[in-house]
Amino acid sequence: MSANLAAVLYLVSGVLFIMALRGLSSPASARQGNLYGMVGMAIAIITTLLSIRFDFGTMAMVLGGLALGGTAGAVIARRIAMTAMPQLVAAFHSLVGLAAVFVAAAALYAPEAFGINNADGSLHMQSLVELSLGVFIGAVTFSGSVIAFAKLNGNMSGAPILLPMRHIINLALVGGAVVLVFMLGGTHGVGANAQSIFWILTLVALVFGVLLIIPIGGADMPVVVSMLNSYSGWAAAALGFTLENTALLITGALVGSSGAILSYIMCKGMNRSFISVIMGGFGETAAAATDDGIERTVKRGAADDAAFIMKNAGKVIIVPGYGMAVAQAQHALKEMANLLKEEGVEVKYAIHPVAGRMPGHMNVLLAEADVPYDDVFELEDINTEFGTADVAFVIGANDVTNPAAEDDPTSPIYGMPVLNVWNAGTVMFIKRSLGAGYAGIENPLFFRDNTMMLLMDAKKMVEEINKAL
Amino acid sequence: MLAIASALSVDPFVFRLAIFTLACFVGYFVVWSVTPALHTPLMAVTNAISSVIIVGALIAASAHAFIGSDESVKAAFGMTRLFGFIAIVLASVNIFGGFLVTQRMLAMYKKKG
Repeated sequence: MSANLAAVLYLVSGVLFIMALRGLSSPASARQGNLYGMVGMAIAIITTLLSIRFDFGTMAMVLGGLALGGTAGAVIARRIAMTAMPQLVAAFHSLVGLAAVFVAAAALYAPEAFGINNADGSLHMQSLVELSLGVFIGAVTFSGSVIAFAKLNGNMSGAPILLPMRHIINLALVGGAVVLVFMLGGTHGVGANAQSIFWILTLVALVFGVLLIIPIGGADMPVVVSMLNSYSGWAAAALGFTLENTALLITGALVGSSGAILSYIMCKGMNRSFISVIMGGFGETAAAATDDGIERTVKRGAADDAAFIMKNAGKVIIVPGYGMAVAQAQHALKEMANLLKEEGVEVKYAIHPVAGRMPGHMNVLLAEADVPYDDVFELEDINTEFGTADVAFVIGANDVTNPAAEDDPTSPIYGMPVLNVWNAGTVMFIKRSLGAGYAGIENPLFFRDNTMMLLMDAKKMVEEINKAL
Repeated sequence: MLAIASALSVDPFVFRLAIFTLACFVGYFVVWSVTPALHTPLMAVTNAISSVIIVGALIAASAHAFIGSDESVKAAFGMTRLFGFIAIVLASVNIFGGFLVTQRMLAMYKKKG
């Protein structure tokens, strides 16, 4: 295939990727969009296969690799539980990062294969810088995502790990990386020296990736996942420059900006700055300041009481949180909503932008339980409606309903947009215990007169309510 | 010679930079129009498409040293093919996994009624 035709086809696949994202503007067009994405990927792969020299050994290797990875991917995609989606996405990010590292290594070891070498086999400084950026970001994405995966999957505690002098260590690592890139430039990319420097740079980036994610607490995970999404894009884009490939350039830019925008939305949802999230440590200091010595009473309720109140309500707004995901309560919840609707109760769902462990986490779980997406509302669309609701049914959420965010300037979450559930006639909280939320902050709502605490596993409690209904 | 060439024509890098910059803006507008309800599928699908890095892996896996190259070059090409193979496997996990899991999620979003 001529280089020009190949370049045009890569452009086509880039455009199809844009249309894939465009499709996600509404659930109705999203499936079509996903199809565009698959076609775009197929075009990119076939174009490449038609442009390279193909002998039997190569063909066996390429098809074997595709079959091996493809089968693994397909099996994972089919089996994974929807509640495990944040871990899965983190794991996938790590694979993109690692693939970027290996592609960058290949470009350094055999630039001739990519047609990016000078006549004497050396590499331009420019190519080396692009390649170094690709491998650095790729390696950070890889090791950072592995840590994020371990935290989300429970292999590692979600609590922030704060090394002494970590900012200085991080700065030193970045400084070291810059020096290594210059040294790599000095070798013109030729010889064993260049290869050693490359792998040292990779190692530095891997360490940096780990140090970047370990101080970030579990509550900030939605930002971390979005951020790593963004990094995987920038790594692809950097290699797009090295390999002079339009599809990679466009995709890298799309994914990079997508992750950046999601990070921004998540930060805004928590009223945090991106920098403060990156600096880490949130959720550690706040826990101490809860006990002020005032005796407070909590009104506990049983499933029967909750069922009775909701049956006689005109409107119930359900506020799901991460606890619902942990308890796998979404199906029981949907059944409850159906029973209430049969009683003539209006049921809606209110989703806070950072509910769950990744952007849109709650929406997927509700969709899995067959909740129609036009019953599900975002914070800004439903927040004024709590005043007209008889019951706010908070299941597994806590911090996102904390009134301290609006009226207590000393609270660590002050200024964070929260769901105004306290405006509803009765607030029901399903929680396992009276403990503080993920951010380690006590919720004063628990002690109000119109609050009813339903202390039990979310799924069990909803099932009991369903029985009582 | 080089100086003359660069004086008369624009470095192709600039064109790539132009494509990249414009694509960032396209990405910005397209992603802001994504409904928040679909943010999880958005992450899954961006995951899948960023695995287009597989094009680099395919080229690496098919790298052939010129006949008569010295041993160190041949060894480097051998490593390149190995790197290419590993990257193909990693990227195809993502491609198949990413698109299929997105499809699975999107199939669940239903309207009322």
